[in-house]
Parts: sequence; C-alpha cells; structure tokens
Amino acid sequence: MAELTDLTLAEARDLLAKGETSSKELTEAHIAAVEAARPLNAFITETPEKALAMAAASDKQRKAGTAGVLEGIPIGMKDLFCTEGVLTTAASHILDGFHPTYESTVSRNMWDAGAVLLGKTNLDEFAMGSSNMTSFYGGVENPWRRSGDNRPLVPGGSSGGSAAAVAARCALGATGTDTGGSIRQPASFCGIVGMKPTYGRCSRWGIVAFASSLDQAGPMGRTVRDTAIMLRAMAGHDPKDSTSVDAPVPDYEAALTGNIKGMKIGIPKEYRIDGMPVEIDQLWLQGIKWLEEAGAKVEEISLPHTHYALPTYYIIAPAEASSNLARYDGVRYGLREGADGTLDEMYEATRGKGFGDEVKRRILIGTYVLSAGYYDAYYNKARRVRSLIARDFAAAYKKVDAILTPTAPSAAFGMGDKMDDPIAMYLNDVFTVPASLAGLPGISIPAGLSKDGLPLGLQLLGKAFDEETVFRVAGVLEEAAGFEARPAFLAA
Amino acid sequence: MSVDKDTVAKIARLARVRVDEDKQAALAGELSNILGWIEQLSELDTEGVEPMTSVVSMQLPLRADEVTDGGYPDKVTANAPEAAHGFYAVPKVVE
Repeated sequence: MAELTDLTLAEARDLLAKGETSSKELTEAHIAAVEAARPLNAFITETPEKALAMAAASDKQRKAGTAGVLEGIPIGMKDLFCTEGVLTTAASHILDGFHPTYESTVSRNMWDAGAVLLGKTNLDEFAMGSSNMTSFYGGVENPWRRSGDNRPLVPGGSSGGSAAAVAARCALGATGTDTGGSIRQPASFCGIVGMKPTYGRCSRWGIVAFASSLDQAGPMGRTVRDTAIMLRAMAGHDPKDSTSVDAPVPDYEAALTGNIKGMKIGIPKEYRIDGMPVEIDQLWLQGIKWLEEAGAKVEEISLPHTHYALPTYYIIAPAEASSNLARYDGVRYGLREGADGTLDEMYEATRGKGFGDEVKRRILIGTYVLSAGYYDAYYNKARRVRSLIARDFAAAYKKVDAILTPTAPSAAFGMGDKMDDPIAMYLNDVFTVPASLAGLPGISIPAGLSKDGLPLGLQLLGKAFDEETVFRVAGVLEEAAGFEARPAFLAA
Repeated sequence: MSVDKDTVAKIARLARVRVDEDKQAALAGELSNILGWIEQLSELDTEGVEPMTSVVSMQLPLRADEVTDGGYPDKVTANAPEAAHGFYAVPKVVE
C-alpha cells in the first residue's frame, strides 16, 4: 500500500476523481501507516473506525456526484481542534477525558469538503512550545535523523505531531495552528510545507484558545499545492468568531501559475542575526538566486523593530494565555483535584496538577504582566511595540510584494535539548514571530538539507489577505529547490 | 526586574495555580530571567504610539440582541467532573 501513502494530496484527489482508487482504499492504507508510525508518537488519539465510516460515506457522496474539494482525503487533525464526540486534549492533563459536544468550524468545514479523520495529532501542551516536548502525552519523534547518527530529534512545535505524521507518510495532510510559528517551524524541521494564513482567514471557533489575538489555523502538507487545496476548504467567514473576516475565499490552487516575473521580493536585513549557522545563510542566498532566476526583483528592505518582536510576543502571548486558561478550573471539564477542600483550594490543586511546567510559567508571566502596577510597563508597552512592528511591515509592503527569510535559525535539535533554558527555546521562533504579531500570512517550504542531512525551510511572508501571492511565490521556490530528500522513517 | 520567592507565591495565588514551596525558588529564577530579557523593550521610545488592539482593521460586527442558542444544560455539563440536575457541582461555598 506504500504507493497510496506516498501520493501527494493533489495526486490522490485526481486518482479519486478518475475512479482509480476509493476513499476506502486510501483510508485503509493510511490507517495502516498510522499504526506503523506509532513509535513516533505523532497521534494522541487514533480514530480508525471513524475514518472507515467517513470514507464509506465519502465514496457514496462521490457516486452521488457531489464531491467536495477534499472528498475522500484522509488527514490528521491537531488535537487543539474540538471534534464532536472525539477526545480533545490540547496535550494537557487538565483536559482529561474531554469529549466536546460540538465541532470546531475549521474541522467542520473540512468534513463538509469530504475529508476523513485519521486521528488527533500530538502537540506541545496548549500549543505552548517549539519542540513538542511539553505534551502531557510525551514528545514526538521527528522521522528525520542526522546522517550517521541515530539519536532522536524533535519535530518542532507546537504542531509537531501533524508535521511528523505528514513527513512520515501517515497522512496526506494535517491541520496546524500557529501563534508564533507553530505551523512554520515544525514544517521546516520535518521537511514539509506549512502555511499560516492571515489572522481572520480561518475561524478560531472551537479551537482551544492560547493567545486569541495571534492564534490562526492553517494547513500542513507535502507540497505547496496540497496546502493550497486544504486552505480553501478550511477558510471562510464564521459569524461565531467576531474576528473572522467576511471576504470570499479564493481558489488558492489557481494562484499557482508559476509566474513571478517582475514581482518584487524583499530581504529584511535585520533577519541576518548573530550566530546564525552558515548553512542557513547560504540557503537564504540560494533562495534569493532562485527567485531572481525566475524573474523576480529582489531588494533589501528594513524591518527595524524585528529585534523586539520576541520579547513583545513573550508579554502578549502569556498575558492572553493567562486569561484564556482561567477556564480550566476543575468545574466544567476534565481534571478535578482537591474536591475535599474549599472551592479556592480545589482550583489551585486542579490547576497545579493539571498544567505542565511551561504552561505554568506562561500563566505566571501573564498574570504578572497584567497585575496592578505592571500593566502599563509591560502589557501596554508590548502592545505599543506591536504597533511599531506592524508599521514596519506596512512600510515594507509599499515597496515589495512578498518577503523571503529563513524559517528557523537551526535544523531540528535533539529530544531533551534546550529544555532547561526557556529563552533558548523561545529563540526558535525569532523569524516567525514578527509576522504573527502583524497578523500576516507566511509559509515555510523545504528548500535544502543541512550538512547533517536535515531539512531546512525558507519562509515567505505576504500582505494581509494576499495568501495567493504567498502561494504563487512558494510554488516557484518549491519547483526551483526540487526538494526530494526523504526522512529516515517512513510509515509504509 | 527580579522576582523573589514571595512574589512567585503571590502571583501563583492570583492565578490560582498551586506551586509547591520547594519549587518557588527555582521558578523565581526562571521568571526573573524571562522578565529580564523582556525588559529590553524599555529601550524603545513608544511615546505617542497607540497600543495595538486588533491586527486586522475591522469594525466589530454587531448582531441583534436575541437568544440564538441554548436550552440544553445536559450537553453543556456533559464534561463536568460533577454535575447534577443541569448544574455544575462544586465544593460548598456558603455555610
């Protein structure tokens, strides 16, 4: 069945359309692949029976002549999306046994388009992390290994399970969410494509909230085309999310014309940071060359407040998280501890036991920066700097159509590394966080290998709600890079 | 900004997160490092810059103030650790 799991999503779709395979066949092959990939720990919950039922329904739907854009395609769903009747954990102990009685809008949109649920993928607890190591359900192994070195590596995070599952050929695509880089950085670490759309493009309704002014869902796949197909199904206006934009969703696949002649691409000089590995700098230069050869005009730009993006993020995101996570109190869902004491004691015991170390750190930082006497000095200061960062991008986009940068400052690192140094871990997101703060779309595409044989990604950023340009340039870059390397571990 | 053990205990209490006393000192060190690193924002002049409220410039949508949903307490309390008669059950709060 290896052939079926090795297809791209677009190829599978075309075979289904021609009647050369069925969703049943495709889904069975992927269920076997999910099982074979259990050593990676990419899934928190597998849903094989549901997958088979959905596949059967999808095959019927196709026969009836009403196939959706993801009709019959088996995918992984990050376990941050609420799925009706299916355990939803956010990789946290505190959500033990939570079976939502409703469906998130993004997952609902995908089922309506015909997608099939293989299972819920692992992630950092409440999507807080860049390694997937903070999951209550254990870390995820990256299917890639350094050449000649068998030590396990992280898949990045927070959407690490989704990235590993797609890279290992367990799923044709998977959903992610990106608050500061949680789609793009794991895509880079696992050699796949990950797209964070503009804030407001996908509904946040039914996604377990981390930092509401930053959270955005997006697709992860093995090609730019696959992510373009997925985003079309995921996106759309939703009255249940007041920040969801009421604008038509374009056919993103149609944007992949391969033509970027005369397009202007900016190279932000502030992204050349101290201590960046030479191979990443070289890959970036190579990316510039590829775009020039395709007829784009590349020019240096300045995003002067780049340096301040990470500290700004680490005020705003924890502040929002500390209020969003107030709802986990042992009353409405999941874990309850200390029920013999007073109500306050129960809250404290439940939250003390239910949250992991990184989540606690962020709740405490958030509580601190929002507390009386510090609100202005930290939280309001960060919101002002956020305005400056957004202005930097607005000024740059008067001159250029898209921006090219590396996705992450390193390739995948070892499981357990950087765990005792929160700030070193936070630096993973140095190139992804600025666009998150400005709400802008970005994509990571696999562009080359490190000297150790690990995938490295390049990131393209676009203007608000201009995902089409991002996809178009990404398609050209993908074609030029011709990334064909495969991970050490393949599911089938 | 340096955070001491007592401050950790105070914010943990505000956040209703139990942090055992033997872990407070280590956490104080970690939080101090993070806050010290965040402190670099103070070197920026943000005089006259409006704090960002929304990344996408849009009018907050309004709708008619009417009931559009509800009437299913069992569904709402389905995931509660303890519920009875359509209500959440909590430890006694009034003597």
